[in-house]
Order: sequence, then structure tokens, then C-alpha cells
Amino acid sequence: MNTVTVPATLEEATFDVLIEALSGVGEDGAVLDARRLRWVDPFGMVGLLAAGAVAARSGKRPHLILPETGDVISYLGRMEFFQHAAKIFTLHGGVGRHSGETWSDVLLEITPVQSHEDVHAVVDRVHARASLILSRQLNYPLREAFQFSVILSEVCQNIIEHSGAGGWVATQTYNWARRLGRKVVVIGVMDLGLGFKGSLASAHAARYADRWSDSAALQAAFVEGVTRFHDPGRGQGLQQIRRVVGRWGGRVSIRSGTARVADVPEWDDSPALEENLPVFPGAQICIVLPARASEDGGSSSADSGPSGRSVAR
Amino acid sequence: MSPERPVVPIRFDLSALVRRQVASLYSHLVTRPTGQALRLGIQSQIGELGSVCLSILDFEQVVVLDYSCADEAVAKLIQYYASPDRTAEAYFVAQGVDEHHREAIEAVLFRHGLALVADVLGHGFTVLGELDEEPRVAWRALHELGEAGPAQVARTTDLGHERCAAALEELAARRLAARMPDGRRYIALSALLRARRER
Repeated sequence: MNTVTVPATLEEATFDVLIEALSGVGEDGAVLDARRLRWVDPFGMVGLLAAGAVAARSGKRPHLILPETGDVISYLGRMEFFQHAAKIFTLHGGVGRHSGETWSDVLLEITPVQSHEDVHAVVDRVHARASLILSRQLNYPLREAFQFSVILSEVCQNIIEHSGAGGWVATQTYNWARRLGRKVVVIGVMDLGLGFKGSLASAHAARYADRWSDSAALQAAFVEGVTRFHDPGRGQGLQQIRRVVGRWGGRVSIRSGTARVADVPEWDDSPALEENLPVFPGAQICIVLPARASEDGGSSSADSGPSGRSVAR
Repeated sequence: MSPERPVVPIRFDLSALVRRQVASLYSHLVTRPTGQALRLGIQSQIGELGSVCLSILDFEQVVVLDYSCADEAVAKLIQYYASPDRTAEAYFVAQGVDEHHREAIEAVLFRHGLALVADVLGHGFTVLGELDEEPRVAWRALHELGEAGPAQVARTTDLGHERCAAALEELAARRLAARMPDGRRYIALSALLRARRER
């Protein structure tokens, strides 16, 4: 078996490192070594599940060596990571890990999304919590906080309508003291389906001819609101997500295949378009919603996890 | 006076209707299938009436309304009854519309080039969606007057008689107002609603 070292920080910015390492794994199967993992956000968590699911396509069940840090194990437990990971990986380590225990500071535990009923369940589960956290901790007016559930609903429906496969969603609040001086909400959504290029190919590839690529498909969907449906009512979800997230000064990015496209706010310096990334199936969406500027979340000098603990970065 | 044909009012509590139509415990108006089920339920009830109806889409108990559901339950509903293929005659007024509903409703209406009369909490009656300035001005005047012809509307606006006549005709064609039996006067849907309440 080939060992893949999980980065010490696992979030959108380091996800490609994990995929790159995973791409070198042959048919012997993979061992994902997460012992050094010190920080993981919702995108990183669902990314780890997705990486495991892709590794399992070799026909060999992948192994996951769990983190050594108690705080990370505890957090993964609160996010219900283990119950999903156990379906994909053979798990090793992680002494004292939680299973199925829910904690009040979690915004939305890792939740599988395979049907429209799951979307209803996500909205029902998260709406009250999200309204409370966004309005009280991130200073959003209540009417704006309500839009969070709408964003989540649309982004989950994107999995069902376009991927042809199931996926996961998770979301959590953090104090990005060092990066932004504010609290943020991070939403991670992933599927392992067709990806944007595959989903849009039958309706749009011909007019792009040899320019049809992951990047072209992503830009068509993200910027132009193109979908594979002829119904003009379709394709609104992503556009409205972009509009609302933009209004809140947030960041939204979609990675699919070998490309990533993003709406980048002024507080972030990542590129709006990345190409030639390591190939990965499906689509991976990351949304970061910062607290309103009046929020005082920058009292400590390090970014901290959901329970307020400082973490090394 | 009353419009060309008797108008029967019918109220749809969307929050209650979703529970009946989708046969689930979910109360939020999210997802496209939920919106489709709502639309079909509304169409079915309108069809059973067998006469022209003023349909009140009540959002008061709706907490979350997403774009996909709004597209199916609102935009496609309005679109259907504006199309020549419609199987019944219906006017629509949205009630109990809060700011967080308004964003989704307006987005889907604009997407299809549609408009809808709505009673927005804290703002009163307005037209949501796509409507040019002159018909919008005429709609406001008609809403204030209750029922009126082009001459009356022209007196309260800067549009002039001919442009008022055209604007009112557009409002009637788009079912944002109803034409009276004499064919020359129009009634605001808000006035129609008030008249029905007072009965």
C-alpha cells in the first residue's frame, strides 16, 4: 500500500496537496496518514472523505490513520466525521474519539446529500442554529441570516441536480483572528459526480469545440449561469449564491476537474481562476462568510477553532 | 362595480399547502420538487373552481424560501396563467411577503420577465419583478384610485391619456389589474381584495 501524508492544515488551500499525493497511488491501495493533522475545517473534512472515496475506486479499501492531537479528534467527533469515515476507510488510532455526539457550537455536522429530502433535512437542521449564530456572533441582520439557509439549500441542490452522485456538506464558525481579524462561517460542499465539464458537455461542449475544458465549463456555469437545462429558470442558484456572498463580503469558489474559479473579496489574495490543478472528480465548493465589520472577533493573535482554541498555522 | 367576470377569491397558505402536497413534515419552501408540488396543488384547486379567481399566495408562515422553489411555485405559476395554454383564468396577489421572501421572489420573476402584485410587510402593496416605468406609474395610480379608466389615471400622473390607456392595457394583459365589464375601466387587484374582504 502507498502512504499519503495528510497536510498538517487541511482546508481549501491545502486540499490540492492531498489530491496531488493521492494521484501517485496505484492499484495497491492507499493509507492516508493524518497523524500530523493539527487543523481541519469543513472543506478539509469532507475533502478527506472524498479523497478516501476516490482511493476506494481502486478496489482496495483505504486506511486512515487518525490525528494524534486530542483537540482535532474531539472536533472531528463533534462534526460526526467518524461515522462517515468508517463507511469509507479502515480507521486506525484516534483514542477516545466521539461517535454521534452533537455539540451546540457546531453549525452543521457533516451531512450526506443524496436527495432533495436531504436538502430539506439540512435546512430544517441548520436554520435555527444558523440564524442565531449569524445574527448574534457575526452581526448579520436577521433577514440576512435567513439567507444562509437559502445558500445552503441551493448549494446542496447543485449536487443533486448536476453531479449524478451524492456528496457531503458541513459548515462551522471560526475565529480568523490572524487572517481576517473576524469570525467567519465556512461551508464545505463536495460531490464525486460528473463535475461541471461532464454535466454541461451534452448541451454546451459543441460550441466551445476544442476549447471545452474544466475551466471553460466552470466559468460558463459560475460567471454566465449556464446549465444543461433549457429552462431559463435553471442556473439561478449559483448566481444568487454569488450575489448574496458578494454582498456579505464573502468568498465563494468552485473546484471541478482540474480548475478552480472564485469570487475573491478584497481581504483575500487567491487567484480568481486556477487551471492545471491535479485532477479530482466531481465538484468542490467552499464558501467563507465573514462577520460584519463591527464584530469584535480579533482579540487573540492566532486563528482558532470552533471552541475558541488557538491552533498552529 | 366588478370586473368583466365574477372573480372568486382563493387563499393558499403556502406553508400549510407544502405539508399537504409534499406529504412531509418539512415546513420550509426549498427545492425544486417542493415548488413543483406546490404549483400543481395550486393549479388543481384553481381548476376545480371553474371560474375566474383571485389567488392569494400567503407567505406569512413561510420561513425559508429558496430560489429553486420560488422559481417553480411562483414564477412558473404566474407564467402558466399568463400563457395562452392556461386551463383557467386566475389573478395572483402575494401576501405576507417579508424582505427575505422578497429577494427570492423578485429574482425568479426578473429571470422570466414576470411581475406580481404583492403586499410586502412594512411597505404595503407593490409590484415585484419586471415592469416598465410607465405601467408601474399607472399601477400605482390605479392602486390609489381603486378602479379607474385612462382619463382618471392620466389626471394623477404625467403620462397622458394614450400612454395611460396603453399602460393599463398592459397591466390587464399581465394580470396585474383586472378589466371592468365596460372594457374601458380597470380595477386594482388590491381593491378587488378589499372588496372581497368587506363582503
